[in-house]
Amino acid sequence: MPDATGLELLAHDLGEAALEAVHYRGGATIVVDPAHIRTVLQTLRERGYRFLASVHGVDYYPEEPRLGVLYELLDMSRVDRIAVKVRLSMDDPVIDSVTPQWPTADHQEREVYDIFGVVFRGHPDLRRILMPEDYEGHPQRRDFPIGGEPVIFTRDESKWLEARE
Amino acid sequence: MKRERVGPGDGLGAPAASGGAENLRVRSLNAHQLLRGGELEGANQPAHLEGEELERYVHERLVFTTLDSAVAWARSNSFFPLAFGLACCAMEQFQTAGPRMDIARFGYEAFRASPRQADLIILAGRVSIKMAPIIRRLYDQMLEPKWAISMGACCSSMGVFNNYALVPADKFMPIDVHVPGCPPRPEALMHGVLKLRELVQDNPEAGWRERYGAVGTEERP
Repeated sequence: MPDATGLELLAHDLGEAALEAVHYRGGATIVVDPAHIRTVLQTLRERGYRFLASVHGVDYYPEEPRLGVLYELLDMSRVDRIAVKVRLSMDDPVIDSVTPQWPTADHQEREVYDIFGVVFRGHPDLRRILMPEDYEGHPQRRDFPIGGEPVIFTRDESKWLEARE
Repeated sequence: MKRERVGPGDGLGAPAASGGAENLRVRSLNAHQLLRGGELEGANQPAHLEGEELERYVHERLVFTTLDSAVAWARSNSFFPLAFGLACCAMEQFQTAGPRMDIARFGYEAFRASPRQADLIILAGRVSIKMAPIIRRLYDQMLEPKWAISMGACCSSMGVFNNYALVPADKFMPIDVHVPGCPPRPEALMHGVLKLRELVQDNPEAGWRERYGAVGTEERP
């Protein structure tokens, strides 16, 4: 991890794209403006963070902006990690895809789209990846109803049938 | 097998022509020999049984059965399971075929890789919504008569999961035997398969078509 000072310097170099630099429990996170995600990742790549280890989504319900996308970067020569976080509102959960620059993001962006409903602009093949193609909704959002198929056990089958009538 | 023989040389009988009580005794001994499965020696021995003796002979040698129950007996002793592991239950399923449980003792060791060759599908693991149509297609491709075992809690009732991803197997296909457990031990799966054997042997009419009211939907050439 870059130490707190190094993280501040890194955020300073990113200019207006960086909104906040958080150093918490030894982990470095830069919160950036979604509009600049491609340039931010490109800058960090030039600084040595050349491996995109993970892309994942978060739902911060009921906070606003609600959705988050995290990019975990790794500098393999210094074994140094940094996380880049963007926050997106529910009204317009659209962000530029980084797949053209980082091919590994392909399936991971599809997963974030599938599960959280974040739309990646410029993704070559943005389809559902885990859920069936005709599935409706994005199941890991916090307001998605919990519970799936109801199960009828023999002991309460009669109750079910009565309830249906 | 050494067989006790009845004949003139043994001093037990006499030629049939000698008549009277002696003749009756020979005939009786010959009949008993026949009943034990022996053969008669000598040209002038009576070669057939009559009346009550004949009845007894026939009853002891024939097993009466119907073709249906004979076929059910044969089927139930040689299921061809489809090798279809979905999750951790599959490990226990493999072990059922392994040396300790040795499913081959009962004649179910021929795990098939193609649904066309199988007549039993063991759903070993959790079924996701995306997997369900595939399983249904495999089940439809199996030739009748066919049976299904749902192995483990996930497959029967979604187990510890209550979420968007899983579906219990009963929702999309008929299941004959549910094996509870998480995962069930190989003994439990063995018990389930033997339960299915009982079902097929003792009550072959209780197929899924009868239970689900689907008689008459068989595929016709």
